[in-house]
Amino acid sequence: MTDIALTTTHNPSRNWGRIALRWLLFTLLGLFALFYLMPLFVMVTTSLKSLEEIRTGSLVAFPREVTFEAWRTAWSGACTGIQCEGLRPYFWNSVILAIPAVLISTMLGALNGYVIAQWKFKGANLIFSLMLFGCFIPFQVVLLPMARMLGMMGIAGTIPGLIFVHVIYGIGFTTLFFRNYYVSIPQELVKAAKVDGAGFFRIFWSIFLPLSLPIIVVTVIWQFTQIWNDFLFGVSFSQAGTQPVTVALNNIVNSTTGVKEYNVDMAAAIIAALPTLLVYVVAGKYFIRGLTAGSVKG
Amino acid sequence: MAPILDIKNLYKNYGSVEILKDINVAIEPGDFLVLVGPSGCGKSTLLNCIAGLEPITAGTIDIGGRDMTHVSPKDRDIAMVFQSYALYPTMSVAKNITFGMKVRGVDAATQEKKLQEVAQQLQIEPLLQRRPGQLSGGQRQRVAMGRALVRDPKLFLFDEPLSNLDAKLRVEMRSEIKKLHHNLNATMVYVTHDQIEAMTLATKIVVLKGGIVQQIGSPAEIYNTPANLFVADFMGSPAMNLIPARAKANGKGTKIEIERAGAAPLVLTDTHAKDLPEDVILGLRPEDIAEAGFRAGEDVQEADCLIDMVEPAGADTYVVSQLGGKQVTARLHAETNARPGENLSLAFDLSKVSYFAPESGERLN
Repeated sequence: MTDIALTTTHNPSRNWGRIALRWLLFTLLGLFALFYLMPLFVMVTTSLKSLEEIRTGSLVAFPREVTFEAWRTAWSGACTGIQCEGLRPYFWNSVILAIPAVLISTMLGALNGYVIAQWKFKGANLIFSLMLFGCFIPFQVVLLPMARMLGMMGIAGTIPGLIFVHVIYGIGFTTLFFRNYYVSIPQELVKAAKVDGAGFFRIFWSIFLPLSLPIIVVTVIWQFTQIWNDFLFGVSFSQAGTQPVTVALNNIVNSTTGVKEYNVDMAAAIIAALPTLLVYVVAGKYFIRGLTAGSVKG
Repeated sequence: MAPILDIKNLYKNYGSVEILKDINVAIEPGDFLVLVGPSGCGKSTLLNCIAGLEPITAGTIDIGGRDMTHVSPKDRDIAMVFQSYALYPTMSVAKNITFGMKVRGVDAATQEKKLQEVAQQLQIEPLLQRRPGQLSGGQRQRVAMGRALVRDPKLFLFDEPLSNLDAKLRVEMRSEIKKLHHNLNATMVYVTHDQIEAMTLATKIVVLKGGIVQQIGSPAEIYNTPANLFVADFMGSPAMNLIPARAKANGKGTKIEIERAGAAPLVLTDTHAKDLPEDVILGLRPEDIAEAGFRAGEDVQEADCLIDMVEPAGADTYVVSQLGGKQVTARLHAETNARPGENLSLAFDLSKVSYFAPESGERLN
């Protein structure tokens, strides 16, 4: 048999095999995607159905009649225990809790990372390792000491108290992000700026912060997701009126009496999840870019 | 004239490791001081100490007649060019150059005037609005120089500024720095590991090894009368021939005997050298060994040598012969008749000879 005979007889079948494999791959991936989208589909359709339809219809069916009544109830009428104000007040609690907590922890992380990476001092590595260790302390361990601490500071059960907790807990991660980003920036940059007469904060503000957009985006997404989705700190360190949206969602779902309003529960869950989804959609591409940016030279 | 930079008894330790030991250097205004040595010899650390970027362990540094030992970098009246250029990546070229003035609070009109002056001098006017990332290596180098020039300092510090450029650009920038030094009549301190850069640029060279000054002198002094074996070997390319030899005093001076494998010892007579120990290392640069008849002088002595290798290099031809167990290189004219495996009469110019003690490596004559 010659080479020519080989190619003429084998090439078409190999091509077919490749195409079949490609189709198999896409079909499989499509199935996975459908599988992952299923819960969201059920949540959205259920939230748009009336209670009557939920009881009589199938779980995966489209709504026969689209109604936003459940969304309205979830936002402003659902009962969390004795009050029936919906998610709205708690949603705003989460907003005024998450925004300052994210900004403060990101800012402190940037400063810490800058000091540890570029202004090496005695014990810098030890402090960094300790901060890193802080990332891996389970939440439950700090609950009691933190409660005592908040009490002593007089901010127990308040939103500033929760902000404080989240900032403290977030510093470990934010410092890690910024330190790893800044450590790849040549030390000569700081030296040049020192010779130019710039001081510690001037160098940070004029040279390092403008370089940091990718890592700031990463840190903000990370911190926002952590803080917005936090339940344990929210439920432990808040009281009536200062609860974040995650706690309120739990109360709506778990404290209903009588008939379970699945449509309201679903709508409430989607509302509570929307902001983190939004942050990913808006800044997601920077997130990927930022995670890989450490290797890129400035 | 008072020295513009005066370093006295400088020591620098990192923990228990001594990086620099008892450095004493002084330079006059207009000098071009080059710190040269192999990597890890402490030359960059010394420059950082002069800049105030590294604290020193002991000693003093005076700049412009003032004690600057504990003064912060910005108040030392210096400007520095770094190996990686260290341009601020998010700022335009213009902002890079004016950043120092902005920090010091110089008014905008003066900033603009100085920026234009420097840009013109370095021919970087078309680049002023670009970011460093959009520049080539040579252009970045110019911007880094511009940032130093705009300051008009008492002392310019250069930390291996040419080592990131390709060979051709390096030679170009080297002559530009030399021109700049001449035109500005500026005082410069320049760190390099390249001994050719050191020779071509310097008015004064400091050779460092292991944090210890080996020799301080003009390029000619360093080249012609190296203080020890290290300097002799480090400076010059190809390196100085260092040949083990025996010295015996006789009536006319000193008889120098060099062993040769499979032949009678090579015997030279140095009429100037006196009081040499018996074992010495004889140092002679390749250009001080010529083909017989091409070098004249009362200290030139000729001897037949077996040629092992001939390397034509265009302008010259290098021949290698085995003397005293070492490969000895001689630099002959291009049209030499030397053939490998044949004997050739070589002329040794003993007026240029150096003698070193084999153990300590110190110069003997």
